[in-house]
Formats: sequence, structure tokens, C-alpha cells
Amino acid sequence: MADTPIVMREPQYRQIKAVLNKLRLDSAARVTVLIDKDGQEIAVDGDVSNLDTTSLASLTAGNVAATGGMARLIGEKEFPTLSHEGERESIHICVIGRTLLVVVFDDRSSLGLVKLRVKQVSGELASIFETVVREARKSAEEATLFAEITDEDIDSLFN
Amino acid sequence: MTFINYASREINCKIVYYGPGLCGKTTNLQYIFDSTAPASKGKLISLATETDRTLFFDFMPLELGTVRGFKTRFHLYTVPGQVFYDASRKLILKGVDGVVFVADSQEERMDANIESLYNLEENLRSQGYDLMNLPYVLQLNKRDLPNVIPPADLAAELQRKGEPVVEAVASTGTGVFDTLKAVAKQVLTELRKS
Repeated sequence: MADTPIVMREPQYRQIKAVLNKLRLDSAARVTVLIDKDGQEIAVDGDVSNLDTTSLASLTAGNVAATGGMARLIGEKEFPTLSHEGERESIHICVIGRTLLVVVFDDRSSLGLVKLRVKQVSGELASIFETVVREARKSAEEATLFAEITDEDIDSLFN
Repeated sequence: MTFINYASREINCKIVYYGPGLCGKTTNLQYIFDSTAPASKGKLISLATETDRTLFFDFMPLELGTVRGFKTRFHLYTVPGQVFYDASRKLILKGVDGVVFVADSQEERMDANIESLYNLEENLRSQGYDLMNLPYVLQLNKRDLPNVIPPADLAAELQRKGEPVVEAVASTGTGVFDTLKAVAKQVLTELRKS
């Protein structure tokens, strides 16, 4: 049996977007993205016209999964933060519960500032995501919606 | 794990192509990528060795269309088939919604198929899944080669639970979309049940 779906509602989505926006501005970053640990993009803020965030989400999840595997090999639970510094652009990743917060920044910011700002918002993001999980459990609306999907609906996707 | 976003009206699902080394998992994805309109797909990411063997995973997002006002997007992954990349295979199964097992129909690869299928069941268990309860399709690939085992014999050995069995030649596209359709349909049906 696959896991229970994650269901994102409009209010929580807006809250997450607001936190990502604040974080991006406060840390002078280019882009902030929240990703599910399985590699699904949850929300993004910033100019992503030249950034493939779907691929970024998948590779970030792979990256965190691989380093998490390495952590367990040496007796650690996980490595909660990862940073990759490039010549001009850098990436900072922070594990927050079952989500990954990614900050893409350049030389207008610094790793220290990004780390500080990420730390300041991580509690807030964790709490919003807890609400997402809680709401998904108690709400029956989506069950009704998807129960209405017919075989014809599914077949039409492939026509 | 299916991700349903009411705000952006999207459903995202994860499908993993599993199977022994060189069975054609990446070829399946490559064919889907090559035959899909640019608007419906993202980039095909291939984390491969210099000799084009999958090192970590291949990934491509594919948008199939709209169901009940929700954009339906499938994230297709392959695992590295070579035996020694087992740790990577386990990681890629995390959050899976449906699995395609790509079997190599050649006689000399039968043992590799069996070993990989056993490995799939074991790795799913270690992630808390049971193959018996997961959307699943068995693809019999490389049907164009001369030394292949008859489909009935392959199915007798590899079929686990009456899952759909699709004969394929991934390099020319035969059976590739039938396989995807069969697994996607099960994933969406599962969503309806949940």
C-alpha cells in the first residue's frame, strides 16, 4: 500500500509562500524552495524563469537521501544541513521534518546569513507543515473528489 | 507518496522502473521523453557513469492532462540495475506510488530477473511497502531478440499477483506507453480508493 497522500490546502500554501518570500528577502537570496523529501516541489519563491525547479526538487531529494544514507553508515541519524558552494551561485539545504528547504543564493548574500535566516524560519515552516498533515488526515473532501474519478477520466489522459 | 496540491490544482505521483542491469529501464524513459510533446515534459535527468550505466537514478516529470480539474503529473524514476548499487535503489523507492518491473526476456538473463525481483520485494519491505498492495506492472522487454523465453514461461516465473504483463521492445517504443498507462491507471485507481 502506498503512503497516505499529502494534501496541500490554499491557506497553508499561502502561509508557506509568505515564509519563503520573507526568507528570500531577509537572506538576500535568489530563490527559496520547499520540497517534500520524496522530491516533490511544494512551493517556490523568487525568479525561477531560468531555473528548472522540478529537476532541482528531484535532485535535492536524491542528494539528501544519499547523504542521509552516508550519515547512517557512520552512526548519525542524518545530516540536517547541506551546502554546495559554487563560483557564483550556491545552494543551502536544510532538512525540516519531512520537508527540505532550499535556498539558492549568489555573492550578494553569504552562507552565514542564509544559515541564520533559515534557522529563524524553520520552526514556522515545520509548524505549518504539521497543520498540512493534520488537515489531510481529518478532511474527507479529497476522498469525495477522487472517488468521483471514473475509468473514462483515467483513459482520457492517454488519448 | 501522492502529493495533492489544492492551491495549484495538481496531483503528483511517483513511479519507479525497477529491474536488472541493462534490462532497458532508462530506454523506457528515453522513449517516453523522445515521444512526448515539449509542453508535457520536463528535463530528463540522468545520473549515469561515463559508460552510460545508471549511477543513481534517471528522472523525468511527465504531465498527462487534467482529471477533475487537477493537472496530473507523474514523476518517473529508474533505479540503477547493477547489483552493487543496492543502497541507491532503496533510497529511490521512498515515497513510491507505483512500480514497473522491466524484465529482460533473454534466456541468459532469467537468473538476473529473479534476483532483481526478489531484491525489489525486499527493498519495498524495508521501506514499509508490500508489493502485493502496490500498483505494479510487469514488462517483458527485448521481445525482438532471438534468444527470448516465451512470454507465458516468463510470466509463470515472474508474475507475482496477477499484475498486467506487457510485452515490449523499449528501444523501438513497443509496449512502452502501454506499460506506463497500465501503472498510471492503477495509481489513480488507488487514489480513488483512498
